[in-house]
Amino acid sequence: MIDTPVLERVLAEALRNGGDFAEVFAEDRSNSSATLDDGRVEELSSGRERGAGIRVVTGETTGFAHTADLSERGLLRAAEAASAVARSGGGSRSVDVGHLSGSGVTGPSGDRPTPTTGSKADALELLQRADEAARASGDAVSQVQAGFGTSRRQVLIANSDGLLAGDEQARTRFSVSCVALGDTGMQTGYETAARTLGFELFDEVSVEELAGTAASQALTKLAARPAPSGELPVVLAGGSGGILFHEACGHGLEADHIVKDASVYTGKVGELVASPLVTLVDDGTVGSEWGTFQVDDEGRAAQRNVLIENGVLTDYLWDYLRARKEGRASSGNGRRQSYRDLPMVRMTNTFLLPGVDDADEIVAQTQRGVYVAKLGGGQVNTTTGDFVFGMTMAYLIEDGKITEPLRDANLIGNGPEILKRIDAVATDFSMTPGTCGKDGQSVPVGCGQATMRLTGVTIGGTAE
Amino acid sequence: MSTATEETQGTTTDLLELAERVAGWAGTGEEVEVYVARGTETEVRAYDGEVESLTSATSAGIGVRVIVEHRLGFAWAGSLDESVLGETLEEARDNARFATPDDHVRLAGPDGVGAVPVDLWDEGLAAVPTERKVALALDLEARARAADARIRQVSSADYGDGASESALVSTTGIRSSSRKTSGFLSVGVIAGEGDASQTGGGYSVGRGFDGLDPDRACQDAVTRAVRLLGATKGPSGRSTVVFDRRMATTLLSIVSSALSGEAVEKGRSFFAGRIGEQVGHPGLTLVDDPTDPRAYGAAAYDAEGLACRRNVLIESGILQGFLYDTVSGSRAGVASTGSAVRGGYAGTPSPGCRALTLAPGPEGYDEDGVLGAVGEGLFVQSMTGVHSGVNPISGDFSVGAEGLMIRDGRLAEPVREITVASTLQRMLLSLVAVGADVEWLPSIAAGQTLAIGDMQVSGV
Repeated sequence: MIDTPVLERVLAEALRNGGDFAEVFAEDRSNSSATLDDGRVEELSSGRERGAGIRVVTGETTGFAHTADLSERGLLRAAEAASAVARSGGGSRSVDVGHLSGSGVTGPSGDRPTPTTGSKADALELLQRADEAARASGDAVSQVQAGFGTSRRQVLIANSDGLLAGDEQARTRFSVSCVALGDTGMQTGYETAARTLGFELFDEVSVEELAGTAASQALTKLAARPAPSGELPVVLAGGSGGILFHEACGHGLEADHIVKDASVYTGKVGELVASPLVTLVDDGTVGSEWGTFQVDDEGRAAQRNVLIENGVLTDYLWDYLRARKEGRASSGNGRRQSYRDLPMVRMTNTFLLPGVDDADEIVAQTQRGVYVAKLGGGQVNTTTGDFVFGMTMAYLIEDGKITEPLRDANLIGNGPEILKRIDAVATDFSMTPGTCGKDGQSVPVGCGQATMRLTGVTIGGTAE
Repeated sequence: MSTATEETQGTTTDLLELAERVAGWAGTGEEVEVYVARGTETEVRAYDGEVESLTSATSAGIGVRVIVEHRLGFAWAGSLDESVLGETLEEARDNARFATPDDHVRLAGPDGVGAVPVDLWDEGLAAVPTERKVALALDLEARARAADARIRQVSSADYGDGASESALVSTTGIRSSSRKTSGFLSVGVIAGEGDASQTGGGYSVGRGFDGLDPDRACQDAVTRAVRLLGATKGPSGRSTVVFDRRMATTLLSIVSSALSGEAVEKGRSFFAGRIGEQVGHPGLTLVDDPTDPRAYGAAAYDAEGLACRRNVLIESGILQGFLYDTVSGSRAGVASTGSAVRGGYAGTPSPGCRALTLAPGPEGYDEDGVLGAVGEGLFVQSMTGVHSGVNPISGDFSVGAEGLMIRDGRLAEPVREITVASTLQRMLLSLVAVGADVEWLPSIAAGQTLAIGDMQVSGV
């Protein structure tokens, strides 16, 4: 994308006024998407953007500027703007990139097969098939929207420590949302498959199955009764239940919250913060999961980080800036939405390791409670630990059996308290993709766990 | 040609010319719409008496829609370089080949409605030196730290401003441009007492630098955090819930998605087929009026270049109509209501609100007035999980909440870790009071204190 001598001159310019660290992050991204809605292919969209973000760190201060102009002139101008925060007057300084160990521009997909590209016609055929499958699921299915999106993202990172790294990331997603219409009004169902892959996603995923699941959620919920109000035991099915950990502790373990004392987990390393059944891992290297990459957006290789081991907090998640302050290495969690954004500490694929219990047995041993087959998302206040997560497909458990479906509702809890209430974890592990939003930036992440039980959570339904 | 030409502002002339030039490349039998935009931004974050980050940025891009034989294609690029303009048009053209032919797919054409000029441009902003912006962010942070002995951390203190310009030209006779500036201060604080911590956020927004009020932002943040100290999990039960002004904008924004003509036409709105029916309490009148210059979302033109206008959606509880862009209007057999919105050059237009307000109740209540009228209930100052627990298609509503109990018409002890639930349909019918304390917050809806009856609170 940019020649090494140019990068070196731009980094030198960025440090002209002084500063401890300078970095160029360049990105070239192309997206294409197609939507089938109301039985019609309504819109095919393609987009391309490229640009670079340049930051200069001096003491506690970061200067940042970005430009869509990747010419040397454009980059030098951005470097000058970013350097305005440094006033110590460093004078001329030469920068040599690529000598740092671990440097190296990673190929399109490292040791993985090259991602394949499907034609627009191929994508449309998948959308049509999903639409037909959803509509065939039941006469009450009144509306279907199917979406396909794929992106290629090439990144290049060079910094004044001498690092030169790069990555090429292909991501593809397919989603189906259905509306079912019945006597009680409308209900919705939604399913998505998303991987760090090209068109070969569809070797692994059946769009008919995805559409059938989305339609069946909407159809099932037509008979749903209002969710209970108050505290009950909750069994979370494997997969989307991982959102619980993302919210209940994942965000609270991000070092930017820790260094500002804005997390309930500050100062708790080495302490028991969860049930001994909890071993929580954040791992950016897992297969082709949605949160997987080879190097993060600061050029650090993705790695596996154990955050909680048998209930004991072992570490936080780190990016370059926060790690540098602590005199340690980044954990490969510096990510950004685009070249227009500063990197932040972000999760990758965050999951609970499987346990030894049997999933069916966990339900059978629950007298009365709620079985959550699918969670839709959540939100947390890292300072207080209070968090919510929304159930989009749930059932009552009565006498150890899954019975009636429930309408959508949020569940609410406090992270440190909830993590101690996990009393069973099964073996049926699976992962689910999601989009994580923080401070205005969205990045793809994965969540995962096996079926597990919480002894009590407050359910925010309307039934008294 | 649309009436837009006369309103063209000096600095956007080159953008209009650029859009016009690209639209001029339309082939025979093609309709082309070109949207071009550019902007500059500055953001300063202060922390612990120092600048944590200073960001300066410029961006520009183009979005092109092409219709050939009733098929629509779209493409965008994050650049206005000469080399990408033709490529983007070509890509949109190629995308159009794959769409399903649809007679309703069309571009907007001039509809004879004159635009109400709104001045959204602060000439002074460009001349404000970065040093003053930095000083304001540092001042904001320092004030927040000093505001109350119980403030133990200022987690964020930000100054931000932006200036953006855009132009829209189509082969169907649209030629419009707009520009606006904005400035904001935003602060997040953590209050502590013993082991307990609570958070609060506050802000101040304007069209530029002058008039931003750090004191107001701090007071708002500090009050919110401090009054929650000592909060416990509240009691369960049926309750009247008072939503503060900021939360009310969130509620109205949610309701607005069900008032989109596109959602209605596609069977994704609980309002579908109910025009003329009683969908709300007789005291509920809801209007979207982007021509009100006080509104944060005020605009002269919509995202298809038609004049923005006042649209009455619900009057005295009776559903009056929906918001349409050109395509959804065509499907419904009505004209566009000038309500197209788009998320910048990378997005395509769809109908949406810009400036929703509720008609205030006859009592002219402020927040205290609403609390007094309610007597007993729950006051909500923050909500979480709106995206995970509210379904604007089914109407199911369940959110996490923090706030204070209302006793004897006044705010009493703080509560946290509770949920508030109902359905949107029932909430509209259960309106208890609408405050006259209208505040234009950075949202598509105004803030005004709202009381809604018969909600289920889940706590202890």
